[in-house]
Amino acid sequence: MQWQHICTREDLVAGSGVAALINGEQVALFYLPDQSPPLYAIGNHDPIGGANVLSRGIVGDINGELVVASPLYKQHFSLLTGACLEQDDVSVPVWEVKLDGDKVLLRPLPAALNRTGT
Amino acid sequence: MTDDNTVFPTSGNLVIIGNGMVGHHLVKTLVEQGDASPWTIHVFAGENRPAYDRVHLSALFDDQTPEDLCLSPAQWYRDNRVALHLNDEVVEIDRDNKTVITAGGVRQDYDALVLATGSYPFVPPIPGHEHEHCLVYRTVDDLDAIKRCAGNAKRGVVVGGGLLGLEAANALRLLGLETHVVEFAPQLMPVQLDETGGALLRKEVEALGVHIHTGMKTELIDAGEAHALRMNFEGQAPLETDMIVFSAGIRPQDSLGRQSGLELGERGGIVVDNQCRTSDPAIFAIGECALWNNQIFGLVAPGYTMARTVAAVLHNEAGDFTGADMSTKLKLMGVDVGSVGDAQARTAGARCYRFQDEVAGVYRKLVVSEDQKYVLGAMLVGDCDAYDTLLQYMLNGIALPDNPASLILPAGDAAPALGADALPDGATICSCHNVSKGAINEALDGGCCSLGDIKDATKASTGCGGCAALLKSVVDAGLEARGVAVNNHLCEHFEYSRQELYHLILVGGLKSFREVRDTHGKGLGCEICKPAVASILASIHNDYILEPEHVGLQDTNDVFLANMQKDGTYSVVPRVPAGEITPEKLMTLGQVASKYDLYTKITGGQRIDLFGARLEQLPMIWEELIDAGFETGHAYGKSVRTVKSCVGSTWCRYGVQDSVGMAIFLEHRYKGLRSPHKLKFAVSGCTRECAEAQSKDIGVIATENGWNLYVCGNGGMRPRHADLFATDLSDQQLVQLVDRVLMFYVRTADRLQRTSVWLENLEGGLDYLRQVVIDDRLGIGAELEAQMDVVRERYQCEWRTTIDDPQKLKRFRSFVNAETPDQDIRFVRERGQPRPATEDERSDLIETVSV
Repeated sequence: MQWQHICTREDLVAGSGVAALINGEQVALFYLPDQSPPLYAIGNHDPIGGANVLSRGIVGDINGELVVASPLYKQHFSLLTGACLEQDDVSVPVWEVKLDGDKVLLRPLPAALNRTGT
Repeated sequence: MTDDNTVFPTSGNLVIIGNGMVGHHLVKTLVEQGDASPWTIHVFAGENRPAYDRVHLSALFDDQTPEDLCLSPAQWYRDNRVALHLNDEVVEIDRDNKTVITAGGVRQDYDALVLATGSYPFVPPIPGHEHEHCLVYRTVDDLDAIKRCAGNAKRGVVVGGGLLGLEAANALRLLGLETHVVEFAPQLMPVQLDETGGALLRKEVEALGVHIHTGMKTELIDAGEAHALRMNFEGQAPLETDMIVFSAGIRPQDSLGRQSGLELGERGGIVVDNQCRTSDPAIFAIGECALWNNQIFGLVAPGYTMARTVAAVLHNEAGDFTGADMSTKLKLMGVDVGSVGDAQARTAGARCYRFQDEVAGVYRKLVVSEDQKYVLGAMLVGDCDAYDTLLQYMLNGIALPDNPASLILPAGDAAPALGADALPDGATICSCHNVSKGAINEALDGGCCSLGDIKDATKASTGCGGCAALLKSVVDAGLEARGVAVNNHLCEHFEYSRQELYHLILVGGLKSFREVRDTHGKGLGCEICKPAVASILASIHNDYILEPEHVGLQDTNDVFLANMQKDGTYSVVPRVPAGEITPEKLMTLGQVASKYDLYTKITGGQRIDLFGARLEQLPMIWEELIDAGFETGHAYGKSVRTVKSCVGSTWCRYGVQDSVGMAIFLEHRYKGLRSPHKLKFAVSGCTRECAEAQSKDIGVIATENGWNLYVCGNGGMRPRHADLFATDLSDQQLVQLVDRVLMFYVRTADRLQRTSVWLENLEGGLDYLRQVVIDDRLGIGAELEAQMDVVRERYQCEWRTTIDDPQKLKRFRSFVNAETPDQDIRFVRERGQPRPATEDERSDLIETVSV
């Protein structure tokens, strides 16, 4: 799959997330300028709360792992793997994402993989 | 007394006569000893309800119901296979046939019998005492009778100025009667207090409007002229009244002992030995009907000890009742009274220290042994802070400090606090449940690691609660000794409590999360510490919360200045100060809700909540609301929400002050204050309390002379009645106290701790809060007010600031790369309004769309 231009750096919110729509899928993009890499993309759909809200959660780290806490019921999802820290059998999809200058680029997943999270 | 040749049965039918607090405690102890009890328990009670907390009977005049006082419901007895016969008094014990016979004709055989019949109120044989408006104060039924009688009465007299008499007087006062107390002795509470203590108590009680008549002997009660009754006294002018409550002491209820020929004391009471056995080895007596060593114990704690003794004996275990300490601590009409050991200094050679503060209304007396080495007793009026320490000195024979007077001198003069370490293992910490320091340490060794665990495991401090502070210090010391750090860390990123962090931020002048984390924390932070630090920064600096350095810290509700609902949409609550709204504004709300198809509901805080707004709709909605003159309601923040009000003196026939005006004033004064948890206020225009101010964090109730301030009430998950904090305040005094209470709460509360829990955990409780806020004991009053000024000066409507900033508005988009709304948000209509579709409904809707 090709890298796809999603938005620019100024659409992002430092230390927090925004949502993007890619081929009908909702993606949560997190921008952590102090981290390397600074950009993370996981599914926006919270499989436990059942709503598209993960981009609106608070990001941080739990035992060193970068996570976002769902704003609905506060479960933590890894920004790197999409795994839910509280429930082994729950996870959300993860996308490859990078900054090219001020451009935010994302590589869409194969459709099949894309659906596994939910 | 006990016939040593008798083999006492260890199983069979156990009959317990009486279901008061002590009788209930026996049942409970037996039941808790396990399922394999060899006894079949039958309980007979004269009253028509299961045992209740008689000690707190006067709470029925406040807001409690008899159900609140119930110790265990009838179902509990059934669940534990205890046969409970209510409203069926035992009238005869047939010792020859080992059978009891009830008024209702029930016959029940027994192998062992326990009398827990308690006592009855003594009514002096004054001619006329049988008048129907002459009542007593002991049972729920008695209280019902008092309530009924008081309905048509204006004035009430209590005969008896002892502990129970003053309780009864408080009841009459709460019923709104002009209340008089007639006492035969020359002072109040002659058993527990000396002349000075009695005089001080009298002054405090009279200040509440209760009329006290001491040295009065009632000779005759006959019909009155202005009132139903006239009391005639020896050598004094008569007193007319509509009702009389006798509370002149108790007498052991020993009639069954008398009927069945058990040995009685000269002045009544069923004689028992150290196992609480009567002269018949198959029969026990416990509580106020039992006479041990020629003493009747009129307190509940010794009764419980007797109950536990009998429970042990019934299980063939060692049990010994060897007397009980009669020290007591209570609050009478808001006045603290404490009596420890030999408070009257009757021991030969006893020496006394006295401290008296007529201004504050405090009297303390310390009674020490002739050699001045030990505490024999103490008397406290107006302030019982020293009670626990003095009691421990007395009970454990702890050697007095070099300057014994320091034990009763005002705090601040370096009174040596008796640390938990100084107590011997045998020291009784909780006398209601007889829990020693040793037992607490055992529980700690057994794996308990918090105050809550200890309470569950030992029941300590679950009775009267008087030992709560002492228990906490013993548990803390015990944990510390075991190397258990009492961890109050905020989260893995900050090894500090919220309170500590607050002070570090304040003192360090820190202004951002990054600064705070770099100086005092580690890692990136998380959803616990980020909002907590954001809230602390906001209550110190009150910056705009969506500044770039703050925005990532906020919970989603704060980020989008609205309340997220289960489907990811938001609800919008504009401020409607005090619930007062013009028809024009009301129409605006209707128009906006209708235009954006929002579900509309009136909130509990007298506002209107508009549900179902999508992220990208929020700025448009707010633009219209701000144009119409609305401002943000902060419903999304841990902050001041609303000030509810009744309509007050402007319209209401009963209102005595303008409650709406005051509520609007308060709402504007404190709006925008961010705090550890949400804050709710209410203002009522009169004592009818239609605004329900006593369930709020800050409650204000109008009086003829100004305002009464209530603090730390709570509705919600664990309701708590607010405490009366100060009375008859001017507007100015009111805001000064509210400023200080709120800022002190903001400074010292834990994360997400409501004011109710905060107060309950505040060492020293309400009295300490009064000292800090009213007396300015810490000297921080002006600082607290100044900080509130800062917060008020920097108030801004966060929605107006946001609307005016295109950069901030960018965040209010469903997607950074698409203009479409979130297609997964689906509504269906119910009762004419939209609501989120359920999962089933949603799949139907989506299928319809894809076809």
